Amino acid sequence: MSIFDFFRTPKKASAADQAKERLQIVLAHERAGRDSPDFLPQLQKELLDVIKKYVSIDDDKVAVKLDRASGYSTLEVNVELPAPAKGAARAAAGKVAAAGNA
Amino acid sequence: MAKIIVMTSGKGGVGKTTSSAAFGTGLALRGFKTCIIDFDVGLRNLDLIMGCERRVVFDFINVINGEARLSQALIKDKRVENLYILPTSQTRDKDALTEQGVEKILNELKKEFDYIICDSPAGIERGALMALYFADHAIIVTNPEVSSVRDSDRILGVIQAKSRRAEKGEAPVQEHLLVTRYDPERVEKGEMLKVEDVLEILAIPLLGIIPESPAVLRASNVGMPVVLDDKSNAGQAYSDAVGRFLGEKIEHRFVKVEKKGFFDRLLRRTA
Repeated sequence: MSIFDFFRTPKKASAADQAKERLQIVLAHERAGRDSPDFLPQLQKELLDVIKKYVSIDDDKVAVKLDRASGYSTLEVNVELPAPAKGAARAAAGKVAAAGNA
Repeated sequence: MAKIIVMTSGKGGVGKTTSSAAFGTGLALRGFKTCIIDFDVGLRNLDLIMGCERRVVFDFINVINGEARLSQALIKDKRVENLYILPTSQTRDKDALTEQGVEKILNELKKEFDYIICDSPAGIERGALMALYFADHAIIVTNPEVSSVRDSDRILGVIQAKSRRAEKGEAPVQEHLLVTRYDPERVEKGEMLKVEDVLEILAIPLLGIIPESPAVLRASNVGMPVVLDDKSNAGQAYSDAVGRFLGEKIEHRFVKVEKKGFFDRLLRRTA
């Protein structure tokens, strides 16, 4: 440290600081994923079974996605219904915010 | 009661085998009967680091398969009393490690030894899982570097979910952090993660900090555990870590840049 440091422009975060920050972010995500039960494939299958009772759709028309943010998680369920007889394509999408903290 | 310690890291090349050799030798030097087992089937190296590669006749896998007795496979160290090495096979693969086989041999070793050190292979597959499964203590070897810290976190998750203690709902495996290849000069320049940062991220108790040191390569060249080089800072740091493991209060050394005095500069003295 010398008197000349006063005249320098403030330095960017050091490489080590960036390493720490990146690690904290990536590990927060990985740790959250670690203890969540792997229920998505089962959920997708059961949702498909329920919908099939009422509408005839293909197996790949239900997409289930789980997103995590700090404090809450979002469960996104996307169901694509077949085009009605008239021809115009229509898709129904539903978003359900799942309770619980990530 | 014998204690089983796994030396693990997730990532390869961070110093598991070096640390197993040094830590096991350190325990034996303090009078505890210690056995170090190489779990890296197919890529054995503990024998080289310990300098007993020419004395391997039978190995861990031979004993598991009933092709040899345990006493035939154990290699007694020629330098340190109470120290034994159980080398692994260089020709088989990790599937040779069966849970029953490993358990049987560990139980046999437990009758005779105070400490059993399981030198884990890298990764989170069979070899690594078998090395950690029966552990009472886990020493996590971590370099102050992003991929090593991330893999350490991952292996901690595996220990907390898949060890026998976790599966049986017993008291959890005791975790210890061993930071290796620490370079205080680079830390001071902001080029390397501080030990405090690694601790904050992994949040497990710190067992020791081993400084980056030419003594480690020198020791492995000649097949000597680095802890026997008691002039070197790395050797002393390992010895301190063993002391802390046994409950002694020892301050961490070699974490600050050493100020070289005038005469040191003049004589170009090195550690």
